Formats: sequence, C-alpha cells, structure tokens
Amino acid sequence: MSNLAILLGIAIIATASYVLGRYKVAGTSQTLHSLPRYYGLFALICAVVPPIVLFLAWLGIAPFFTSGPISAQITPAMIPEGGSASLVMADIQRLANGVMQATRAGLIDFSALGDTTNLDVLGETLAAAGLIFGTKIDPAVFALTQDYIVRYEIGHDVMTLLLLGATILGALWGLYQIRPSFWARNAVERVLRLVLMLAAGLAILTTVGIVFSMLFETVNFLRLHAWQDFFFGLNWAPNFHGDSELAILPLLWGTLYISAVALAVAVPIGIFAAIYLSEYATKSLRSIAKPLLEVLAGIPTIVYGLFALVVFGPFLKDWFGDGGFLGVNWMSDARSVATAGIVMGIMLIPFVSSLSDDIINAVPQSLRDGSYGLGATQSETIKRVVLPAALPGIVGAILLAASRAIGETMIVVLGAGAIARFTANPLEALTTITTRIVSQLTGDGDFNSPETLVAFALGLSLFVITLGLNIIALMIVRKYREQYE
Amino acid sequence: MTQTSAKQSLFAVTYHTKRRNASERRFRRYGQAAIGIGLLMLLTLAYTIVSKGTGAFQQTFVTLNIELLESKLDKKGNRDLEEMKKVSTFGYAPLIATAFENLAAEREIKTKIKAKEMAQIISKSAPSQLRDRVLDNPALIGQTVEFTLLANSWIDGYLKGRVTRENAQNNKNISVQQLDFVDELVALGVVEKRFNIGFITGADASDQRPEDAGIGVAMIGSLSMMIVVLLLSLPIGVAASIYLEEFAPKNWITDVIEVNIANLAAVPSIVFGILGLAIFINTMHFPQSAPLVGGLVLTLMTLPTIIISTRAALKAVPPSIRSAALGLGASQMQSVFHHVLPLAAPGILTGTIIGLAQALGETAPLLLIGMIGYIATNMPETVTDALLAPNSVMPAQIYEWAKRADPAFYERAWGGIIILLVFLITMNTLAVVLRRRFERRW
Repeated sequence: MSNLAILLGIAIIATASYVLGRYKVAGTSQTLHSLPRYYGLFALICAVVPPIVLFLAWLGIAPFFTSGPISAQITPAMIPEGGSASLVMADIQRLANGVMQATRAGLIDFSALGDTTNLDVLGETLAAAGLIFGTKIDPAVFALTQDYIVRYEIGHDVMTLLLLGATILGALWGLYQIRPSFWARNAVERVLRLVLMLAAGLAILTTVGIVFSMLFETVNFLRLHAWQDFFFGLNWAPNFHGDSELAILPLLWGTLYISAVALAVAVPIGIFAAIYLSEYATKSLRSIAKPLLEVLAGIPTIVYGLFALVVFGPFLKDWFGDGGFLGVNWMSDARSVATAGIVMGIMLIPFVSSLSDDIINAVPQSLRDGSYGLGATQSETIKRVVLPAALPGIVGAILLAASRAIGETMIVVLGAGAIARFTANPLEALTTITTRIVSQLTGDGDFNSPETLVAFALGLSLFVITLGLNIIALMIVRKYREQYE
Repeated sequence: MTQTSAKQSLFAVTYHTKRRNASERRFRRYGQAAIGIGLLMLLTLAYTIVSKGTGAFQQTFVTLNIELLESKLDKKGNRDLEEMKKVSTFGYAPLIATAFENLAAEREIKTKIKAKEMAQIISKSAPSQLRDRVLDNPALIGQTVEFTLLANSWIDGYLKGRVTRENAQNNKNISVQQLDFVDELVALGVVEKRFNIGFITGADASDQRPEDAGIGVAMIGSLSMMIVVLLLSLPIGVAASIYLEEFAPKNWITDVIEVNIANLAAVPSIVFGILGLAIFINTMHFPQSAPLVGGLVLTLMTLPTIIISTRAALKAVPPSIRSAALGLGASQMQSVFHHVLPLAAPGILTGTIIGLAQALGETAPLLLIGMIGYIATNMPETVTDALLAPNSVMPAQIYEWAKRADPAFYERAWGGIIILLVFLITMNTLAVVLRRRFERRW
C-alpha cells in the first residue's frame, strides 16, 4: 500500500467515525450534554490520534530495524576512498529507493532480481529513469541494498497494518464512549487545548534544537581540534588538507570592529532622528518621516549587501584608493570595514530611532513641564531631563541594534572581504564570524572535518553573544517601561 | 544680575540668552540633519536600484534570416528525429555565421571582420535555441527562417553604455571592429533593444551567458517556499498565541516560553540556517536546496514575529467580548474561537503578511541549506517538484549573481532586486490597507 493510500484510508475511517458519532446521538437532543458535532469530533479525534502517535514512535524505532543492522554490516572494503560509512548507507538508501520506485513504475521486478543480476544493466535502467546518479553499482553494496529493501518492505507492511488497526480501534473505542450524557465538548476542548499548548511549546523546542544541534557538532569539533587554538589562537587559516589554524579571536575582532562602525553611524543619527520626531516635528512631518525611515529596516539585507559591493565600496575607493580624489592610497579593495560598517549603519538607523522614539514618548509630560517652568529651553529640557530619564531604554535599543549588527550576514559577506587579521585601519578588508560560517558551510569540504565543524562552534559563539545582548537589552527595556506605568 | 544689566531693557537679548538660543537652533538642526541623512540614504538606495536595475528588463536582440541547410542538419534527408538529434549545437553554429555573411553582402556593410567574428556578437545560447526550434519542427529544414536571437552580453553592454570603445580595446571578448559592425546593424534595425520577458520568466544561466539569465524559476522557488511558510507558521503561530494569551496559567513554564519567544525574535537569521542544516538535512535527510526545507527553516524564523503580533491583536480585543460570550454560556474555548479570534483576524493577518515579507527577503539561512550556486535550469513541473526539487529563491539568486563579479550580472542582480521589492511593497501595502480598512478601535 502506498503512503497516499494509507493516509486516504485513515481519512476515510476518521470521516466515517465523525458521521457515526453524530449519528449515535441523533434524535436525543433533549438530553444531550454537548452539541452533536462535538460527539462527531470526539470520535474523529479518537480515530486520528493513535495512528499519529504510533507513526511518530515508528520514526524513532524504525532505524533500529531497517538501516541499523545494515550499516553494521558495512565493511571497510565497501567504503570508497575519502568516503565514510554514513555516505555508503546514504547510497544504499538512495539505491533502494530507486529500485523500489522502478519496481512500482514497472521498469524492473525486484523480487526477480537475484545475485546474478547484471548490475550494469540495472544501473543503466535506473539512471535512465532518473532515479539514481551514476550507473556503477558495487555488488557488495547491492547485496546490502536487497537486504535493506526486504527489511524496509516488511517494516512498511507491519506499519501499515498497525496504523490502520490503531485507527479502527481508536474509532471504535471513541464510538463506544459516546452516549447522550457523555461530556463530549469538554473532552474535545481538552485535546484542543493540548494542541495549542504544543504549538506554544514549539518555541522552546526550536531553542533546544538550536542549542543542541550546535552543541553536538561543537563537541565533535573540539574533539578534532584543540580548544586552546579555537579560543585563544591568533590565526584563522583553514586548510582542507588538515593542520588548520581555526581561531575565533580574529573573526571576533572583525565582527566587533564592523559592528562598532555601524553603531557609530546608526546611534547618533538614530537618536537625533528620534528626538526630532518625538519632540520637534509637526504631526504631518512625523506621519511621513517615521514610516519612511522604517522602510530602511524593511529592505532585505541582500540589497544593502549589493549596494555596499557595487556602489558604496567603489565610491569610498574613488576617494581613498590609489589615484583617488584625496591623492592618498589607503584603500586597496572596495570591500572594507568602512564599506560594510557604514552601509550596515544605515540599515540600523530605524532600529535605534523607532525604539528610542517610543521610549522618549513614554517620558511623562510632567517632567518636561517642570523643566520649562524653571526656564529651560526645549533643547536644554531634552538634554538634561528627557534623555537622562529615557537613557536606560535608549541603551536597550542600542544593545538590540548591536546584537543585530553582530548577527548580520549578507552585508558583510558582500561588503567586508574575507581576510582574517587584526587591523585597526577601517579602510582595509576584514572578515566576521557570520561570513566564515557561510564560507565554511557552503564549501565542498568533508562534513566531518574540523574545517566544516568549526562553523557550528562559531554559530554557537554567535548565538551566545547575541543571546546575552538580547537578554540584557530586553531586561532593561522591560524594566524601564514599567517605571512610568 | 550685575549693576550694568539692570540698566538694560528686559527685551534686549543678553549674551547668555543668545548663546542658549544658538544652542537651541543648533540642536534642532542636528535633528533635522539626522532625519535628512536617513531620508537621503533611502532616496540614494531607491535611485541606485531603479537606475541600475531597469536595464535588466531590456535586452539586445538580433533578428537574422538563417538558412537551415539540409546538408548540415539532416545529411540523409529522411527527417529521422533520432538522427537529427545527433547533430550537436556545434553543427548549428556555422549556420549563424553564414547568415551574417549573407546579411553583410546583401546590405553592403563594409567590414573587415570575418563571418566567425560576426557570429560572436550573438549569445552562446543561440545554437541550442536554433536546435530546439528545428527539432520541434523538422519541416523548417531547407527553409530560410527569421530568428530573433539574444545578443552577447558585451554587445548588450555596448548598447546600454556599459561597454565603450575605449574599454573594448583591452577586452578580449569584443573588438572595436565588431562594435563598428554592430553600429551598422543598429542603423539597419537588425540589432535592437527590446523588452526582455525572458528575464522575468527564465532560469539562471551559466556564468558565460549573462544575457540568457532570468529570475523566473527562482521566483517559483520563492513562491513555493512562501506557501510552506504560510501554511505552517499561520496555524502554529495563532495556536501558540491563543494558548499564551488566553489559556496559559501564570507560572514559570509560561514565563520561560515568553522569554524564549522574545529572544528567538532577535536570534540572527543565520543561526536558523545552521539549525536547518543540522536537523533537517543532516539528521532527517531532507533533500538539499529544496524549497520545502527552506520553508521549514523560515517558518521557525518567522514564528516569533507572527506570535508577537498575533498576541498584540488578541490583547486588543476588549475583555467585555469574552465576558459576554461566557455569560451566554459559551465555554472559554468557544468564546475564543467564535468571538475573539474573528475580531482579531485583521490584526493577525497584517502581522502574518509582514512576517512573510521578512521571510521573502531572507538570504543567509537559505545559503546554508544549499540554495547557493547555479541550481535549477527548468521550471518545476509538478507540485512535488516545486517543493522537493533543488531550486533557488529570489534573494539567493541575486546573491549568486552578485558573486559572479561581472557587470552584466550586476545589472541582473539589480533587476532581480526590483522584482523582489515589487513583491515586498505589494505585501506591505496590502498589510497597511488591511489595517486601515478593518482596524477597530474599541
């Protein structure tokens, strides 16, 4: 039975149980506890939940039965040069899928394939149908594949029976429970509430997934690579032949430097814009300028990246590069700290201005009135009364912008360059944590080499840094909001 | 106050007042300058995008009468398709050169360049275009057929001002003589710039043929991905928000969930890419570069945004509505699903659209799950293909073009940005209109 047929079968049983559930209490509306549709829904839930639970359990158990015993039989002789056992297993699964699909399509007959089958012909048939890549099939691998297919099909048959059986039993049990005095609505709502709770729990699952997926690979990385070098080394020199120097410090320097340049642009502009918009601007100017500034935050970062690479970098080079307008030669490449940093600063303006604007607006008018009453001018009031009162909130906004700058990827990938070093010259290229994550994970390297795994360690470091900044920022902002409420 | 100032009129402006007023004006000007810089940057970006990107929608085409010689394409003359397929694109290329030679002789164009060099002004994709057309309709063989072929990107650049005679001298791809020849053809109307629908509907091309590259397939990739994101993030986001806003007991678990969601909203997007690579691709063995996987990753990324805006929308519904429903005997679940949720729907929809717009422009996490490089050459044919076959998405395609470091591809990257922004502006306008139209103030 195909997967679609199983799904269809479950759907038919579920629909039938809904109809029967309603039918069982039909005509008894005088004594009914809930609306009839709740009885139907109760039966439907009873039919659908057991197969879902069973299926999830099967996903966890199945590998012990199908791929587990097979991968234990993979001998070192089967593993090609530069490959690994898991790659061979993946090949087996791909080949098995190809054979099963071809069998279903009627191209070949799996049960007729013996050991003596001409594997070249089989490979060509499968490749011609677009089911596998390459036509060479290793006999030893093919023997395991046959074993795998047999196990897979047995598992599939057992599973089909179990799923359909569970559906029918669940439906019958649900229908048995139904009688007019049964509190069907409460039962349905309990299940619904559980579903809502699971949806909310997904947020925690995501965080756990992020942390564990990175932690797991980071541990693998630190097994292959000295932690002293990663945390305290001074060189970033990945080398896919091994013997790499993979230190986070030069990357951290690039990240922090570029973020600092970005904040140096975004913070003054953002705060002054926020002050002007909240304290000086007329209503009509505010209603136009504020959304327009916020557009800057809505533009995809790839646009800023391209702008940095194609427009702003060459513009800076025209001024500071060799033969430029200033007659100096400080810049050798269009990609530099300043290129990426200033463009990123533009993007961050609304992050600072919008939140600061909200916070300045939350400062009670009485404070301003008191200051005016003592004879202060408007700017003096802002500088000496409003800003000090809003300062914690503004710091929170800046921290959020900083966390955004540290985690920004596309602008630095396109605009910052790829050289890891310690330089203080803002017109030279530097590289960041995020650009290295992209380049290490999109390269052709072996996945289990330290050069690839280092990306997870970098990702985890990035996550920890930004998480710390976010938590502090959110705490400050939240505390400040409560202050005047 | 000193003795002298007592003699002064109260209305005379003293030195101190002057200084304070000057500082007031200065402060105001800083504010104006800050807003001015912000808006100027927006204007610069908009101007750059429009001025650099509109070129991508125009392309240079060459109209040629090509004689499809039977002796070259079907030597035996029996129109057997299998035999004709054996003639590769190399067999078609000379026909184009001959066509140019005939054209030059017919129109009396004086040029020193040879037929082969004339043919170089045509895109490298032209022979295969010819071949496809002939194999589709073998009856064309032996006739002289008018073809509209893409010009080479250098010629296209020449007509658009990107390539000039000066920089052509140091360019091994194009010679000044060829440009002279093109000038003659432009005067004759054989070479002309036209609207290029292929850019909007086509697939990416290899880095030798910028003139042939389009964003259409990536657009379908983006669309399939957005559908996945919408179908997953809207129900899950709404369910989570309802639980947190209406049902969750005030305890530490709820607190943890809330802090978690606030933090997830600020986690760098690339971290979600790492999660997707580690869990969906390495652990669950989902196919690489598939829009489905991209959709799953972006769902996780968009969920916090949707949850935050949905909760705000639910919170905005006054408690009196809930009390009224409860008072009439509805259960809590019924009051939420029958009354609160419909009233909060416009706000939820607005938040969802904004979240989707954010996801549409996201690039970094998608690079990590394999949406990088020259991926798809054909439109997906079935729904399964659209979800599972390797494809790119618009921002990743733009990044791919930006990486190729060729001005002709930069033009396409900017053109792609225009299309991407058209989608984003439409979605955001829709969100604003929805908010204006249905927003209720209680």
